[in-house]
Parts: sequence; structure tokens; C-alpha cells
Amino acid sequence: MNMIDNALGVHAQALSVRSRRMELLGLNIANSDTPNFKAKDVDFKSVLQATQTSSLSITNKGHVLLTASGSPDGEMYRIPFDTSFDGNTVEMNVEQAKFGQAAADYQATLNILESRIGGIRKALRGD
Amino acid sequence: MALEDIFSVAGSALNAQTTRMNTTASNLANAATVAGSEDGAFRAKRAVFKSILADQMGDSSAGGIKVDKLIDDPSPIRKMSEPGNPLADKDGYIYLSNVNEMTEMVEMMAASRSYQNNVEVVNTTRQLMMRTVDMIKS
Repeated sequence: MNMIDNALGVHAQALSVRSRRMELLGLNIANSDTPNFKAKDVDFKSVLQATQTSSLSITNKGHVLLTASGSPDGEMYRIPFDTSFDGNTVEMNVEQAKFGQAAADYQATLNILESRIGGIRKALRGD
Repeated sequence: MALEDIFSVAGSALNAQTTRMNTTASNLANAATVAGSEDGAFRAKRAVFKSILADQMGDSSAGGIKVDKLIDDPSPIRKMSEPGNPLADKDGYIYLSNVNEMTEMVEMMAASRSYQNNVEVVNTTRQLMMRTVDMIKS
């Protein structure tokens, strides 16, 4: 198990953060017409850093994982370019662009994982 | 795994947008109805959306969106003098609906675009999910 973990490196965790980001962006797009809905996004860098810092472990319920955004799962409210009458901060074009970008990022992580798994498979087969 | 949650979120949005489009269709269909009193006149309906939190939808989901309520359009009812109409009141007035066809067409286009956006989200997510599954294929 350790060998596979080493081979996949940070990318296995990155994939789950990327899918969490896609989920949030999908939620934003779904709520584009909901009054007073505030769009959210994931700060990828801070979440990934939080998964990497193993020097401080959580041994008590009162311990809080500290990320740059302050939120343990790295979620942040998006600051809109313009305001709207109904208090909704979803800007569809922005969300579409971000969703496309997030999908491409997800595919990039998938490609890396695929090649790593291909490497392991090659090593196991030995041919 | 979060990718599956996107399907329920986008699905609830598709549902809500369908209700909105239904409301618009009903408004357009009732645009020409007349009534014998101001209270009886048809008022255009508007769907108001509300987002639902994850714990309200069951633990395996990321939340979504639903139609909170249908409200009446507050714009005024027009009345017209038409004494020959069997529905006319004692002063010879009939009351028209307050449906504005232009507003309804715009509303319909907005609902349609939102629907398309959510379909696109579902498509992209499905492709990525298929690729993730294929990753373990030899």
C-alpha cells in the first residue's frame, strides 16, 4: 500500500480537492437564479497545503486545521464583479469559465494518475 | 466522492428551471383571459428559487435548489370598457390579465439558458467520471 501511495504522491489527494471544487462550481451554476445565494469557491492551494502539513496532527476535537482562508475545507465566498438586485453573487459567465477550467484541471490530475498507475503496472508485470 | 453529488445538484436545478418554464407557459396561455372583477383577473405567476442545504436532502448529497414559492406579479390589472362582453361588470368594464408577453418571453429564454448550463455541467461531470473509472482499466 505504501508503495502505491508513494507512487501516486500528492495527486490522489489533489483529485479529491479538484472534484470538491467542481461540486461547488456546479452548485453555483445550479443556484444562478436563487435570491440571496452567495457563490463559493475552493482555494485549491491552501487546501492542498493543509493536506500536506503532517507536522501538526489533530489529537483533540478542539484543534482546528488552519488554512489561508480560515475555513477548514478552504471554501471562500466569491467577490462578484457587479452587484445584483436580488443579492445573488453568481455571475454565470465567470462560473462557466471556472467550471471549464476546473474540468481541465481534473483531467490533468487524471492524466498524471493514469501515467503513474501505468508505471506501477509495468513494474509489476516486469515485461 | 463529490462528483456524484453534482448530478443531484444539477438535477434539482433542472427540476426547478422546468417549473419556472411551466409557469411561463401558463402565464402566456392565460395572457388573453378576461374576468368580471379586478380580484378575479389573472395575475402572472413567478417562481422564487431557494437553495437547500445538504442535511435537508439526506446525508449523501451536496444540497441543491428547489422552487420556494410562486408569487403573483405585482403589476397593475388593466381594465377595458366592453359593455357587450357577457363578463362585463355593471359599469361595462372587463378586467384583463397583467401578463406582459415580452417579459414572459425573456423569462422563458432565461430559464432555457439556465437549463442548458446545468445540462452542460452534467455532461462534463459524466465524461470526467467515466475517465476516472477508466483509470483502473488496463
